[in-house]
Amino acid sequence: MAENVSSLSDDRIAYLEGLVRQGKTAAAVFTQYTQQDVDRIVKAMVLAGLDQAQYLARLAIEETRLGVLEDKAIKNMVATEFVYNYVRDKRTVGAIREFPERGLVEVAEPIGLIFSLTPVTNPTSTVLFKCIMAIKTRNAVLFGPHPKAWHCCQEAIRIMYEAAVRHGAPEGVFTCLEAPTLPDNTYLMHHEEIGLIDATGGPGAVKAAYSSGKPALGVGPGNTPVYLEKTAHLDMAVVDIITSKTFDNGTICASEQTVVIDEGIYDTVLKKFADLGSHICDGKETDLLGRTVIDPETGFMRPMAIGQTAADIARVTGIRVKPETKLLIAPIQGVGREHPLSAEKLFPVLSVYCAKSVEEALRVCVDVNHAGGLGHTAVIFSRNDEIIQKFSEVINAGRIIVNSPGSIGALGGIYNDMVPTFSFGCGTGGGNSTTDNVNVYHYLNIKRVARRTQAHMWFRVPNQIYFNLNSVENLRHFPSRSTIIVTNPLLEQMGHVDLVRRAIPPQTPVRVLAIADAEPDARVVMQGVEALNLNCADQIIALGGGSVIDAAKIMKLKYESPEADLEELAAPFLDIRKRVVQYPTEKINHVRLIAISTTSGTGSEVTPFAVLIDKERGRKVTLADYSLSPDVAIVDPQFVMSMPKGLTADTGIDCLTHALEAGVSIHASPYTDSNAMQAVRLVFKYLPIAYENPQDEEARSMMHNAACIAALAFSNASVGVNHALAHAFGARFGVSHGRANALMLPHVIAYNAAVPTKFMPSPNQRAYIAHKKYAAISDLLGLGGETVAEKVKNLVAATEQLLDRLAIPRSIADMGISEEEFERTMPDLAKIAFDDPSWRSNPRMPLVSELVGLFWSAYRGRGPAQAACMCEPTTAMELV
Amino acid sequence: MTTNAVWMKVDPERVLYALQHEAAEKVKSAGSELVLDFSSVPRIDPGAVKALEEVARLAADQSVKVVLCGVNVDIYRVLKLVKLAQRFEFLG
Repeated sequence: MAENVSSLSDDRIAYLEGLVRQGKTAAAVFTQYTQQDVDRIVKAMVLAGLDQAQYLARLAIEETRLGVLEDKAIKNMVATEFVYNYVRDKRTVGAIREFPERGLVEVAEPIGLIFSLTPVTNPTSTVLFKCIMAIKTRNAVLFGPHPKAWHCCQEAIRIMYEAAVRHGAPEGVFTCLEAPTLPDNTYLMHHEEIGLIDATGGPGAVKAAYSSGKPALGVGPGNTPVYLEKTAHLDMAVVDIITSKTFDNGTICASEQTVVIDEGIYDTVLKKFADLGSHICDGKETDLLGRTVIDPETGFMRPMAIGQTAADIARVTGIRVKPETKLLIAPIQGVGREHPLSAEKLFPVLSVYCAKSVEEALRVCVDVNHAGGLGHTAVIFSRNDEIIQKFSEVINAGRIIVNSPGSIGALGGIYNDMVPTFSFGCGTGGGNSTTDNVNVYHYLNIKRVARRTQAHMWFRVPNQIYFNLNSVENLRHFPSRSTIIVTNPLLEQMGHVDLVRRAIPPQTPVRVLAIADAEPDARVVMQGVEALNLNCADQIIALGGGSVIDAAKIMKLKYESPEADLEELAAPFLDIRKRVVQYPTEKINHVRLIAISTTSGTGSEVTPFAVLIDKERGRKVTLADYSLSPDVAIVDPQFVMSMPKGLTADTGIDCLTHALEAGVSIHASPYTDSNAMQAVRLVFKYLPIAYENPQDEEARSMMHNAACIAALAFSNASVGVNHALAHAFGARFGVSHGRANALMLPHVIAYNAAVPTKFMPSPNQRAYIAHKKYAAISDLLGLGGETVAEKVKNLVAATEQLLDRLAIPRSIADMGISEEEFERTMPDLAKIAFDDPSWRSNPRMPLVSELVGLFWSAYRGRGPAQAACMCEPTTAMELV
Repeated sequence: MTTNAVWMKVDPERVLYALQHEAAEKVKSAGSELVLDFSSVPRIDPGAVKALEEVARLAADQSVKVVLCGVNVDIYRVLKLVKLAQRFEFLG
């Protein structure tokens, strides 16, 4: 740049700076204008442009000696009237588009000062177009017209400027370089006050614009291939091509360059061209024409031919044609430098190619497209939708014009509904930033005002839940042609299966599948599926704890949808609504799943989760989807009356953990809160009684209900970091899930009640509220305390007392695990806990170091959690 | 230290004249501070921008501080865009 610009004199630089200052001030002042202001100005400009369309066309012809007067007048009218028709109702000031359902508003921000290069081929129409776009978007433009079209452009700018200022536009809104030079352009392209370069012109100008480092709209050359396919309406196609290619003597860069014609219609098409005034060149004439209009050194068209008539070109070439000849048609045998006429020709010379097949035709079109036309325009005449589709897939063009003229079609708004333009974006293929027909939206910065949205939430539970003593009797309401009871051998021995059998309607064929494994694997599941198929079952009764019910859920899934891939369905997800893998909805069998729980902890009878053991890889596979939820749950305490004390304690604390974690989860809602709170209340009241007096029917019943109610909460609100820690620790040291939860629970309450190191993104909550929710639970339990901190402290203490009463070890150390061993496993524990999806609904996002701190707190037992810092947050806390 | 401030309300009907002539005069007579009250001015044009540039230049020459008061945010934005805002103090 420096070398180029160094030729500018101080006076010239001062002149350029003056233009920039004027434009910049006008653009700044323009920011105060309203939509009504700019619409009024635009209308006045359009009327002025229409009034002077012929005058400007004549000026352009006189100065450039390119094109056709009548066509240039039409182009000026399109650039005003058609563009106005497109922009008149467009909002370009303030809020321009609103999407209330998405909470989004798009607001227009002007660019400021635009440096605009305009071409010699379409000089005045491009100026009119850009002036209207600029005013509509409250921008100022400094024009750098092509030196060979300066006077006509300057006059077009004057007409637009005077109309604009007369109707209130800021002075200086349009300025025009006098005697523009390449160093001027370079200087301005690098000027800090230029917001955008809009370069319509040759490849040099476009490349310079994009090389400047400024935001740029560069619109370059094309090489439009046309496929004239045998199903096309031939008369229409020939007229359209002639209309387009002769329009302004072919100066529009979207005009047809090479027409690839199917062999079967080739001769007919050429005859039609000839009949309508085209000259079909023979081989010798084609060679001569190629050497005359295409520079063999560069492979590009010679400037002297641009915008000239067919007769003039023929005369220069030495081809004898009638003076009224519209088009010179040159048959070519290939594409590339050895076939010069396959290049872009902005004059009425059209090359044609005879293709023996659709494949060959498409290949040649691709060749033309890649010979200088990438991203620009392509045309197809066909009535075969498949071929049109294929053409649009293999050709890289921003505009693919179907059954219409290329040049006039690409301008938009006449033969189709594309946006009217005089700047064709050519995408990355053409080194441009857009494939669009450049329009007002490219002259705007569009700001998006995004309001906070709340995700839709849900509360999904099984259709029917039966509870209280002997509620198993409700099985009689479920007729079945064939029922499979999935259970475990111990429950069969205890007579529980007989209780169920007695409740099933008589004459129902029943088979029992007793699963030996405490934690079922895929083999066990497939045994179940086999039994279901063998018996053509339409009902499964899952009788057992979480493992049995989980196995039954997966049996149902595989029985109904055998193609379901469990490995794939277990893929992790962050938001169940956006998960990658969808559960099958097509089913070949339909089976009712009734779950009867025999423990009071997991709540699996109502949850949408199922865990399977992958013995080969030594890991658990967790499935989660509401389609896994049992259809019916039976919460009958007679099945838990004989639970051992240890199991009663562990499962009871599992239930409490579910309720507390669901209560403070980021997915908590008023629906889940009511269940979580009630479950906590029931556990604190009845778990000690059920533990100390196992035969207390009311306590057993209430704890059984509590487990189910807590599960209703966490099925919809999910759990938290306590579960992530317990999963990792329990799996590594073979500690039951409930007990592992118990070891972590007091520390996790303290941790979540503290001011987080990192907040969890949570659009459904307006503030951090975990500590307040713990305080509310504390109040519900009547634990006392004045402040939130005191109430949380009392909840922690009450939880510790409950654990003591249940004789649960109060530290990992108490379980006989040495500090050395625990320290050795800590890196793995922390990693596994962090990989666990459970914490993703925790109110506080745990750092790995905090997980380590929590593990050590649990190891040492009583005392404040290491990661916690009990304090009273000062921000206003409020539940949504 | 005493401050000898001169206050001038800018007439919205004749902003350009007020800035080109009256404000320029006030700069000369102001001791150390000139306050231009824009509270009735809804919008400025390029001429007003240029006149404000001149007021800022004159004031700098005379070591007078120019305070613009009651400037609406649209005008303030114009002054930011043309990099004039930094040459004034704003009040209210």
